[in-house]
Amino acid sequence: MKEFSPPPDSASIVSVTDRVKPVALGMAVTSVHFLGPRAAFVGGEENVKFVDGEGEVTTVAVHSGGILSTASDGKRIVMGGDDGKVVSLDAKGEVTLLATDPKRRWIDAVALHADGAFAWSAGKTATVKSGKTEEKSVEVPSTVGGLAFAPKGLRLAIAHYNGATLWFPNMEGSAEFLPWAGSHHAVAFSPDNKFLVTAMHEPALHGWRLADNRHMRMTGYPGRVRSMSWSAGGKGLATSGADTVIIWPFASKDGPMGKEPAMLAPLQARVSVVACHPKNDILAAGYSDGTVLMVRLEDGAEILVRRNGTPPVAAIAWNAKGTLLAFADENGDGGLLEL
Amino acid sequence: MSEATSQKIPVTVLTGYLGAGKTTLLNRILSENHGKKYAVIVNEFGEIGIDNDLIIGADEEVFEMNNGCICCTVRGDLVRIMDGLMKRKGKFDAIIVETTGLADPAPVAQTFFVDEDVQKNARLDAVVTVADAKWLSDRLKDAPEAKNQIAFADVIVLNKTDLVTKPELAEVEARIRGINPYAKLHRTERCSVALADVLDRGAFDLDRILDIEPDFLEADDHDHDHDHHHHHGHDHHHHDHGHGLKHYHDEDMQSLSLKTDKPLDPNMFMPWLQNLVQVEGGKILRSKGILAFHDDDDRYVFQGVHMMLEGNHQRKWKEGEPRESRLVFIGRELPEEAIRKGFESCIVS
Repeated sequence: MKEFSPPPDSASIVSVTDRVKPVALGMAVTSVHFLGPRAAFVGGEENVKFVDGEGEVTTVAVHSGGILSTASDGKRIVMGGDDGKVVSLDAKGEVTLLATDPKRRWIDAVALHADGAFAWSAGKTATVKSGKTEEKSVEVPSTVGGLAFAPKGLRLAIAHYNGATLWFPNMEGSAEFLPWAGSHHAVAFSPDNKFLVTAMHEPALHGWRLADNRHMRMTGYPGRVRSMSWSAGGKGLATSGADTVIIWPFASKDGPMGKEPAMLAPLQARVSVVACHPKNDILAAGYSDGTVLMVRLEDGAEILVRRNGTPPVAAIAWNAKGTLLAFADENGDGGLLEL
Repeated sequence: MSEATSQKIPVTVLTGYLGAGKTTLLNRILSENHGKKYAVIVNEFGEIGIDNDLIIGADEEVFEMNNGCICCTVRGDLVRIMDGLMKRKGKFDAIIVETTGLADPAPVAQTFFVDEDVQKNARLDAVVTVADAKWLSDRLKDAPEAKNQIAFADVIVLNKTDLVTKPELAEVEARIRGINPYAKLHRTERCSVALADVLDRGAFDLDRILDIEPDFLEADDHDHDHDHHHHHGHDHHHHDHGHGLKHYHDEDMQSLSLKTDKPLDPNMFMPWLQNLVQVEGGKILRSKGILAFHDDDDRYVFQGVHMMLEGNHQRKWKEGEPRESRLVFIGRELPEEAIRKGFESCIVS
């Protein structure tokens, strides 16, 4: 268990704000994903808006209500809504209905596997659909807080109260419970499949080393962690929730146990979203005052992408090649930056 | 009310023992022609006949916060639902949370105190408890949940008054007052109560903690300025001198009020209060206070639920306004002597 101390003062920084193509979406935005060359901004309800390199906006209706959860593999976005539906949206803008909850319950969480399998949850039930096989469901002791597929094999992590459940949908009775008191929301596997990390309701992360289920407490945040992103190669886990980007080291076999996290890009505002570059050791971070920074992991050097003075940044993402950065604030004002 | 407060979505918590009439009240609220849209969080789908509003099913999942405080429980499902609802801001004006008949209102209320994101967007308006005039007295004897709901309430809708005689009504009211003399009490048939009496009460708004006199001092008047009628009043040849005179002392749940016209020492009082709710917070369901500190021209107000307190300087004491400090605690087996002694030790002598 490690805590971090307040950050040092930041120095003056380079700006690329004049190279950002502004985007006005006219809707509340909750996340953004790249589908092919276009950025797909997911609204708080009903619509996704594609923005291409020219700044042209195309609206696609996806849900008849709030959009509660999203996951993307770069080819499509899978979404869950308060209309009880799981839908997918591909790069062409085509919407496919994947599943409907029979009781029209909220689809609280979704996850997408590299091989095309997907999962969703409604209440305490998590369901996986893989290829042509039948849907398979598992019930956990309490409402599902988050879902994530393991990078290898068809294995699903389900976060809930007092821990997380690991489940092989194709193996009967395979659910394994990893206990830790408290409410667990978002969940993520490390890219090397060695660690599982949850963002808790309290301002902390919890982790398990999967080889021996050893606990890792990652505490010290002033606010709840809502955004997590693995750095290229999975060496570190960048997180929101503090007034610096907190990056926990995962390169060694012990993960962050007994180590200090890196604290980069301190501002007088809370980090609200983070996205690590897919190839290089840099990340982009959005703040509660509207600032967007690019940060080099090695030395914390910063480049200003967007100035402060707007609502909190709610969405940020890189394209798969790492040549485009998209972001938007809660009110739907954002930008595209080509590198 | 400050601007920040007024922009937050008000949340009304609707409690009441099984069969008291919660759903009736809910349907009344939703069907009345008020031009407002409600998001309603319920435990049972299907009993509400209105489709104009957002109806969300909940699971009443209570969990303990990991802060070492055993009474710090919150409703995890509410945190999740509030998160989802905030994506549809602008689609509704207020939120109503209906609890199950056996629910303790504390975790619901505490959710609105401890969760940062919930707090940013919503404010607890009031806990409204529907009570069954015919059966409440029995339930208070055998169901601790019913007692909790009465003790916790800001507003009590005493329903089904047409099913009891006048003396029975006086009896049940006295029992309620024995537990919670501070809630606004409305006598109703079929939950026929003016919406203004249950909604937008600001019961948790520090700026509205103006008056913490027991409600029963004015009970005989305040109920009659509403549009419901008491058809059961014909047989009362034995005029029973007002409802306030019959006193019950509930054995385990009671209220305690403290008062002084001498200034309090803030350096003594604040640590004492903090410590009191830390140690006895499990027993203290609700607390409220208006305080006059030594050498301080501002009124200080606070309110709390179990161990959670919030307080602030409210405004200047007015010219001629008596600088009195008043505190109220409602709770189970309150250590009255110790609390009184502790309070008195904070008075500047």
